[in-house]
Amino acid sequence: MAMTKPSGLEQWADQRRAEIAGGRIAHMRVWRGDEGGGKFVDFHVPFEEGEVVLDLLHRIQATQAGDLAVRWNCKAGKCGSCSAEVNGKPRLTCMTRMSIFETGEPITVSPMATFPIIKDLVTDVSFNYEVAKTVPALQPKAPEGEDGHHRMYQQDIDRIQEFRKCIECYLCQDVCHVIRDHEENKPKFGGPRFFIRLAELEMHPLDTADRRDLIQDRFGLGYCNITKCCSDVCPEHITITDNGIIPLKERVVDARYDPVAFVIRRIRRRRPL
Amino acid sequence: MPDYETHTYDVIVIGAGGAGLRAAIESSAAGVKTALICKSLLGKAHTVMAEGGIAAALGNVYPEDNWQVHFRDTMRGGKFLNNWRMAQIHAQEAPERVWELENWGALFDRTPDGRILQRDFGGHRYARLAHVGDRTGLEMIRTLQQNAVATQTGGGIDVFMECTIMRLLRNSSGAVTGAFGYWRPSGEFVLFKAKAVVLATGGIGKAWKITSNSWEYTGDGHAMALWAGADLIDMEFVQFHPTGMVWPPSVRGILVTEGVRGDGGVLKNSFGDRFMFNYIPDLFRKETAETEEEADRWYTDKKTARRTPDLLPRDEVARAINSEVKAGRGSPHGGVFLDVSTRLDAETIKRRLPSMYHQFIELADVDITREPMEVGPTCHYVMGGVRVDADSTAATVPGLFASGESAGGMHGANRLGGNSLSDLLVFGKRSGEYAAQYAQGVQGEPEIDEAELAQLERDALAPFVRVDGENPYDIHADLQETMQTLVGIIRTESDLAKAIDEIQTLRDRANKAGIAGSRRYNPGWHLALDLHALLTVAECCARAALERRESRGGHTRDDYPDPDPAFAKVNVVCHRADDENTVTQEPLPEMPDDLREMIEEQPT
Repeated sequence: MAMTKPSGLEQWADQRRAEIAGGRIAHMRVWRGDEGGGKFVDFHVPFEEGEVVLDLLHRIQATQAGDLAVRWNCKAGKCGSCSAEVNGKPRLTCMTRMSIFETGEPITVSPMATFPIIKDLVTDVSFNYEVAKTVPALQPKAPEGEDGHHRMYQQDIDRIQEFRKCIECYLCQDVCHVIRDHEENKPKFGGPRFFIRLAELEMHPLDTADRRDLIQDRFGLGYCNITKCCSDVCPEHITITDNGIIPLKERVVDARYDPVAFVIRRIRRRRPL
Repeated sequence: MPDYETHTYDVIVIGAGGAGLRAAIESSAAGVKTALICKSLLGKAHTVMAEGGIAAALGNVYPEDNWQVHFRDTMRGGKFLNNWRMAQIHAQEAPERVWELENWGALFDRTPDGRILQRDFGGHRYARLAHVGDRTGLEMIRTLQQNAVATQTGGGIDVFMECTIMRLLRNSSGAVTGAFGYWRPSGEFVLFKAKAVVLATGGIGKAWKITSNSWEYTGDGHAMALWAGADLIDMEFVQFHPTGMVWPPSVRGILVTEGVRGDGGVLKNSFGDRFMFNYIPDLFRKETAETEEEADRWYTDKKTARRTPDLLPRDEVARAINSEVKAGRGSPHGGVFLDVSTRLDAETIKRRLPSMYHQFIELADVDITREPMEVGPTCHYVMGGVRVDADSTAATVPGLFASGESAGGMHGANRLGGNSLSDLLVFGKRSGEYAAQYAQGVQGEPEIDEAELAQLERDALAPFVRVDGENPYDIHADLQETMQTLVGIIRTESDLAKAIDEIQTLRDRANKAGIAGSRRYNPGWHLALDLHALLTVAECCARAALERRESRGGHTRDDYPDPDPAFAKVNVVCHRADDENTVTQEPLPEMPDDLREMIEEQPT
């Protein structure tokens, strides 16, 4: 849509207001800045039926601010790159339809608050990659099939396949108050994304390692007081708290405070599912 | 010499999708110092978007399956233009690579007796794709990524994320000595000195307008290899996946997995006809169902029924959809209908195709358990790539290796679905292995030409100086329009010649592009730099397409509608000499007789 300015400023403003009211132009308020500070910048962006917030950010880049920093890849909710806060709520911008907003309502887009700003909507998420390095990988048992390959049954992996759906958008990390409000907790806390990674390994039918001490001491599971904010924002609808964190807490607590169970499990190396 | 941030490695791997990750794991395991460099964050590469599965003749669902049948299917799907040795290695080694992933933690869907479940896919005689619902790529990349970074299991590979490589560096004797690029967050330059370089940079799909590919797919590896003196082959073969989303405009081109058809989905035109029965080519007639009844029965009875034509190879299906739409039998938004709702119950659809369900309900307001999808072709994959030795993945330039989509030859004129993920694993591993071996034999410090770096730096920063220069986004949009309309599914000599002229004009414009802002995380600048690779690969594609005066696989010429036996014997090869991109025809490697017998039909 042409954005040329008519002769009279008043007339131009009236026309703009009419367009916004008609829903053809969105009023986007996008946070721009870097670690030194920044502010919301207003953009008036035309849009079409079916579009998502990321489409409008791309249109801003192509027509108004070529240097607007945004991460994205798949544009279909599969890669977890375009995380941001839209009207204050952690979301994937590629899965946030324009149709959910009121006509003419200003739409704010700001970077995830838990991570340091690099520029505009791009944050430094290296915290997550550092935690990932410290998660002990799968230690598989010997294959039991006569053909030298493993056997696993669908009913035994359904639950952990849910955790494997994680696209690492880090919206759960973003919303988690343990690190969102307390920078000092980061060195001793894994966060929801890594709790479901650990739950997956702990419940993996092939795994032989025992990570329960590590889960408490290194990853700080005890800090989580199961407010379920993480589950609410998960774009993959993983029930992080109920299916991942709570069972993990039970295992750790059992191991730590029930000496008999502790010894038995140490002997058996891991408990059955 | 300016004080560039400099890193020295034995092997650097450029690209961190399936091939790059697998290469880095192998190289690191061989005991050489290895770095993995990628444009996005780790785990976001295109592999993550792969849906259907990994093709490997595990024989878990059909014990009759074996590498020979997989090899045969691959060659037939590629219209016999594949490098036979790559297709053989691929079919033989894919099962081992899949089982290895399982041992590293991947959780594939299971058969009732606890083995890896396999699903039907286009062009594969047996159900062959190891999968996890319709998010197999996510499972694969996460498994590789977790293996690569876990420090306590020997991984601990150095990963340079959001770092774009612009150019490969060579010494005076022509061997690769490293690469030069920039950090996307800071815009600062970075120099990698290396004894060997593995290209695993993926494809070129961002040159087209309707594409399933992300911003990263700008042909960097293809172009850098060509600039460094390597050859590209088969660049005329571009796969248009038959089923991309067509509505709403915002999601046009986003992939709809072939698994929808593998699990029972059927294609219909606006009259409700299953039109694929009208498009069965002679090569596949013997093994394709003749009636709807037989096709429907095939899903459960592979002994007495033949496969549905909905699962012909992708090139055939994409052309058929294109013809239906052109004949006025398309869906309201210019595609055709793909319906799985009449074949499977809602719960099964949600279990087998969860991300398709999610994608359509959230982005298109279509409930695929109750109504058909609208789909149409989308640019998805380039069969062409760096010419490599089949066993070692070595390019023709010493010290340079390539695997995955950036390498050519494996898939011939058309890739079968599922053969990409297996390709990444099989040849990614080989790239890592042989690059490490090569690096161990290289003596001394890599030699770097300082004057070359200074020139690269000046060129890279030039868009900041041209404050009134043209917007790179406009140039990119015009390139996409050019490729979509002139170098699309159906091509002609006049269109291709026009495309080559247009690309030259676009190159002049790209050389005058200007951008605003600073070097810090500036996507406009990144695009201005990526345009050089995009224009190079677009030109190679158009030139190769002009050279191949026949129709075969992912290359259809309206003016030469049939396959030509003379062209069945040659690859079209792109070279760069005196700053010009040129093409020549070179004979295919000769296939041994025992393998030739295996594929039954002789090449036409």
